[in-house]
Amino acid sequence: MKKVKPFRYVYLALMLLFLYLPIIYLIVFSFNDFSTGRRVSYANLGRWNGFTLENYTNVFAGEAGSALLLTLEVALITSVVATVIGTFAAIGINSMKKRPKSIILNISQLPMVNPDLVTGITFMMLFAFVNGVLVNMGADRLSDIVKLLIAHISFSIPYVIFSVMPRLKQSSSMLYEAALDLGCTPMQAMFRVIIPDIMPGITSGFIMALTMSLDDFVVSYFVSDLRSTLSVYMYSAARGAKGVNPALATIIFIPLVTLLLIVNLRRISKEREDEIQNKKVKMKG
Amino acid sequence: MKRKVFAYPYIVWMALFIAVPMVFIFYYAFNVDGSFSFSKVWATLSDISKWRVLWVSIEIAAGTTVFCLLLGYPVAYILSNMRKSIAAFISVLFFVPMWMNFVLRTYAWQAILEYAIPNMLGWTDKTLTGSVWAVMMVLVYNFIPFMVMPLYNSLSKIDRSLIEASGDLGANGRMTFFKVVLPLSVPGIVSGITMVFIPAITAFTVPALIGNGNYNLYGNEIEMAFKQAAGSAGSADYSVGSTLAIILLICVFISTAVMNRFDKDHEEGGNLL
Repeated sequence: MKKVKPFRYVYLALMLLFLYLPIIYLIVFSFNDFSTGRRVSYANLGRWNGFTLENYTNVFAGEAGSALLLTLEVALITSVVATVIGTFAAIGINSMKKRPKSIILNISQLPMVNPDLVTGITFMMLFAFVNGVLVNMGADRLSDIVKLLIAHISFSIPYVIFSVMPRLKQSSSMLYEAALDLGCTPMQAMFRVIIPDIMPGITSGFIMALTMSLDDFVVSYFVSDLRSTLSVYMYSAARGAKGVNPALATIIFIPLVTLLLIVNLRRISKEREDEIQNKKVKMKG
Repeated sequence: MKRKVFAYPYIVWMALFIAVPMVFIFYYAFNVDGSFSFSKVWATLSDISKWRVLWVSIEIAAGTTVFCLLLGYPVAYILSNMRKSIAAFISVLFFVPMWMNFVLRTYAWQAILEYAIPNMLGWTDKTLTGSVWAVMMVLVYNFIPFMVMPLYNSLSKIDRSLIEASGDLGANGRMTFFKVVLPLSVPGIVSGITMVFIPAITAFTVPALIGNGNYNLYGNEIEMAFKQAAGSAGSADYSVGSTLAIILLICVFISTAVMNRFDKDHEEGGNLL
């Protein structure tokens, strides 16, 4: 057994404190009474005025509520569409020859390597151009939700592809052919054999797309004009005099942490089982 | 029917919404009244103030990267020496804050630096925001998981028997660290640096919320160029922003090329955690 070095644990604890301090701070202050007279201002986030649940009752009042709705709407549609397109794309790409495969995979990495900022401004210019054409044709401009969806789906698809790809590599390409030999149509082979086989990859791709879309600030900031997603709303509120309701932090953070912890703890406990299994195998051998 | 066909919808999507938008950067930078010209690019490039901002933001981003490395390396090192399952659990704790909204995290620091600490110290006319150190600290806060992640990956891959061998051959702990562990973790260091440096240059929200606009990063310059262009009446002129973005892309390209040279074992995709 190694010597226990307390310094190491102290360092880790301090770093974790640094990482969680602002989050804890917002959660604590989400119970703070911000009303000064009749008006509510979250700008004075530093003084404790007393306990209240009021921040939670009015957290989605007004602009924040419509921003939340837009965010959820965009995130759900994005993750479904991106998962469908991305999964089929991964299956198609996987069966391609080496050359076209590597070209497509390299282009697919572009949105992942590019800074958000570049992705955001390129979409801004694209939509400005398209709107120009539409106006010349006498048609309506693209609405914010259409622009947000196109942008979010575009930056999410690669994450789906790269979640599904490793899973496809593990499964045998013979499976599809075997299904065809046994009398499946290509569609049946796809939906009854390949997709169930790569389901875990699809699920994690879906979760990735959902979190990327929910979390996005920069791209939405450049793409939307009139309606704002939750992060765009928070940014403008943080810059304004009124500030951001800290209850938003709790409401966003708690579900996310729970989801992530469940996903990861399941993975860790599975790895742990594998570790124990391997040890047993080694001991037998 | 070939399975290839399943990729076609994506290929069309990719061409329209990933490849074509990139072309617009170059289109708007070099297009002057419908013809190709360097004149606008040249006008932007000869603006000294833009280069000054680029230099300041390189300094701030470099400082951020150094602090992330100095603070993050011990974390990754300690984690890599722990039992796998415990290390996996603690590393999850490290990456969870990363998934909280970037704007909200930055806002929390704004609240702490602007109100909480000054209130605690009883200051009435002074805040901690608006200084270059505050900006850098919040950048470190936001990007340190991106440094710890690749470092931890490369440190935990090091073969334990190499460290034992180094001890058997007479090296003490410090020598083993500097002669064996550190050189073997260089790929992790390089990929950590690229994962922090470029996002730090472009993180325009942090200087806006924490720096009170005193310390503009290159990202702010691009953001302002585009938002001003969009806000102006008539047809928007994106040439300044596009030129600035091209310079940024050159930086990205260089850093990716450097990273690829070090990152020899290509891992395709996978989880971000």
